[in-house]
Amino acid sequence: MMLGKNAGGLYWMFRYIERAENIARLLEAGWHIALTRSNGGNGKGANEWRSILTTAGIDAAYHEKYAEYDSASVIDFLLRDRDNNSSVLCAIEAARTNARTVRTALSGEVWEAINQCWMTLKSTLARPVTERSLYDTLSSIRHGTSVVRGALHGTMLRNDIYAFSRLGTFIERADNTARILDVKYYVLLPSAAFVGTSIDNAQWEVILRSVSAERSYHWLNGGDVSPYSIAEFLILDKRMPRSLAFCYSKIGQYLALLEQDYGQRQDSQILSDRICMRLRSASVQSIFEDGLHEFLTEFIADTSLLANHIETDFRFYR
Amino acid sequence: MDQSKRFFDEMFARPEAARPPYEGYNQWFSGEDLKGLRRKSSEAEAFFRSIGITFNVYGQDEADERLIPFDIVPRIISAREWAKLERGIEQRVRAINAFLHDIYHRQEILRAGRIPAHIIAGNEAFLPQMIGVNPPGGVYTHIVGVDLVRTGEDEFFVLEDNARTPSGVSYMLENRETMLQMFPELFTRLNVRPVSSYPQLLRRSLSDSAPVGSPNDRPVVAVLTPGIHNSAYFEHAFLADRMGAELVESADLRIDKGRVAMRTTQGFKPIDVLYRRVDDEYLDPLNFNPDSMLGVPGIMDVYRAGNITLANAPGTGIADDKALYSYMPDIIEFYTGEPAILPNVPTWRCSEADSLAYVLDHLSEMVVKEVHGSGGYGMLVGPVASKKEIAAFEQKLRARPSNYIAQPTLALSTVPILTKAGLAPRHVDLRPFVLVSPNRIDMTPGGLTRVALKKGSLVVNSSQGGGTKDTWVLGD
Repeated sequence: MMLGKNAGGLYWMFRYIERAENIARLLEAGWHIALTRSNGGNGKGANEWRSILTTAGIDAAYHEKYAEYDSASVIDFLLRDRDNNSSVLCAIEAARTNARTVRTALSGEVWEAINQCWMTLKSTLARPVTERSLYDTLSSIRHGTSVVRGALHGTMLRNDIYAFSRLGTFIERADNTARILDVKYYVLLPSAAFVGTSIDNAQWEVILRSVSAERSYHWLNGGDVSPYSIAEFLILDKRMPRSLAFCYSKIGQYLALLEQDYGQRQDSQILSDRICMRLRSASVQSIFEDGLHEFLTEFIADTSLLANHIETDFRFYR
Repeated sequence: MDQSKRFFDEMFARPEAARPPYEGYNQWFSGEDLKGLRRKSSEAEAFFRSIGITFNVYGQDEADERLIPFDIVPRIISAREWAKLERGIEQRVRAINAFLHDIYHRQEILRAGRIPAHIIAGNEAFLPQMIGVNPPGGVYTHIVGVDLVRTGEDEFFVLEDNARTPSGVSYMLENRETMLQMFPELFTRLNVRPVSSYPQLLRRSLSDSAPVGSPNDRPVVAVLTPGIHNSAYFEHAFLADRMGAELVESADLRIDKGRVAMRTTQGFKPIDVLYRRVDDEYLDPLNFNPDSMLGVPGIMDVYRAGNITLANAPGTGIADDKALYSYMPDIIEFYTGEPAILPNVPTWRCSEADSLAYVLDHLSEMVVKEVHGSGGYGMLVGPVASKKEIAAFEQKLRARPSNYIAQPTLALSTVPILTKAGLAPRHVDLRPFVLVSPNRIDMTPGGLTRVALKKGSLVVNSSQGGGTKDTWVLGD
């Protein structure tokens, strides 16, 4: 048992940390494309940046501020714009503010890790990040959040506190992976033009890079790059720590822990079991037959509904 | 050097050798080089930032979390000095609790004519809602911070009794933690009494004061904070964490089945002891300030029914009110039957015509304080004020004399701090922390030493540029 406010604070702290990491990952993928394929002028680079902003759900906000999708503006917007709630800086700040509220629930090491991460990024992101320092900045984001995660694993009791922290991580991650796929779902569709051919290199590259899985994908699949196998990898492969199936196996696990601990089965557990079941029984063929986009839309809506159930069931309030 | 003649320096009262409590430290210090120590100073700052010992400054950017400057030269108190302080403070704290019980019940002290009744009746710090209320365990002030100043070898004075919600204890603990990390060798060489048991003592003290008839197996203790934007939020979180208590805000609480309960992931759970860091005024919008968002509606009714312990009890402010301060020696004698072990600073009550006349004649030598002020605001320090400031203050004083008390400017003792040029004396005060439970009084050997970092300044408040030092009480 713990304060509902603290449960909510932990959950959001780890959602924001995950969000900061995901933004950094998306940015890295976009930057790679911009560097390697921007020869067509504003063509491809701009499109990629735009789809990255759409994935992060902030294209409209970006468009209010900028007319062009040039690398410098997008990078600034993603990393440090205070008008963008999902910028890395804002997300880390929100994570750290939540950590301050729930400090009594965190081990000293976890608190110091997030506080240190915030202090470092606050100073790194105080000024626009130049192209030259982008790589270092992205590593420092990864490093900072990794230390928080490491401290969480190494020093926290495996109780409800831990469960709420992990739920935040995996709800955010499941949502993020589904969005990456949904923004690109048309690329994966077997259309007439693609039958019998590999999909456009740039497209699959950006998808895999966005989930830091380029190498693991190839390691598992050899040289075979097909829409089916990419979709299968990111939706159903339980070995892949960012796949929908993996996220939901974790969500199910931590909700079950809470069910056992609190001796009560609630809406969130019922819904999560239903989603887990669907993921278990689905095959990539059936998903494509029923419509990839429809599948993802429903998945995103379900995850958002699940997040609402979790908030109500465990009396989060802010 | 001119300064050392006028002020008692606790390390170098005689310039040729350190005073006995500082001998061991001085020996160590002579073997250190200034550059290395300066480096340690900045390490300490990084350490404080990384663990987040910061305070928020009101009215400033929310992201602006300040550090209270920390000086690495400890303030050292001998075993003998401490023993006297301990006896004096314990006596004072007993008297304060007896006084609070009396003033909210039979008011014997007023009947005996030892305090004029109007001082109580017309005082905002006196809470009529507390009349006839019996706090669980009979304790009013579970936590007291007594501010002491020193002017000579054996001259300690009580400057103020903080009987409401004294703060700063987290600095006492973290300052020590920092010193242990930076200078472990000092602690193996010198016999410094530890302070680290404070949170456990606090927890025990609060648990022992829990109401009887709680539905909980063991007392549930929670710390009530105004929230993350409060300047002392760090301390609230710190104490809750170290005690293993919940840190709650107004929104986490409500009255449930006649008890104060917190909203948990499994519904409402009753609380037995609330260490509240919210002022009386904001504690209960139904009983006090109706606009308060920081309190719990109806908590006073639960309190009156004896179903929650509030630490400290509401209405304890009457005991540390500046209008009452000058009566403390009488209060102590009245309830303990003995003269006060620790003297007060001589105080003129400006409400009395003779005193006012004297104060007006000597404004440039005196410290004049608002009766209800705190934190070093709204006061006049005569010797450092300009003519214009004194003239302006005089007008305020004449307009509302009863709003002020005056004290001679004390020759506050100094302790060296580390500056770029080496050691330099700065004025200090001391706030030891006392815990009161129904059956015992505990004092942690040490406290918070506040130091005015500006040369010559007598104002040690952190809001006015003061810093802190680790405070060592030596063992026998």
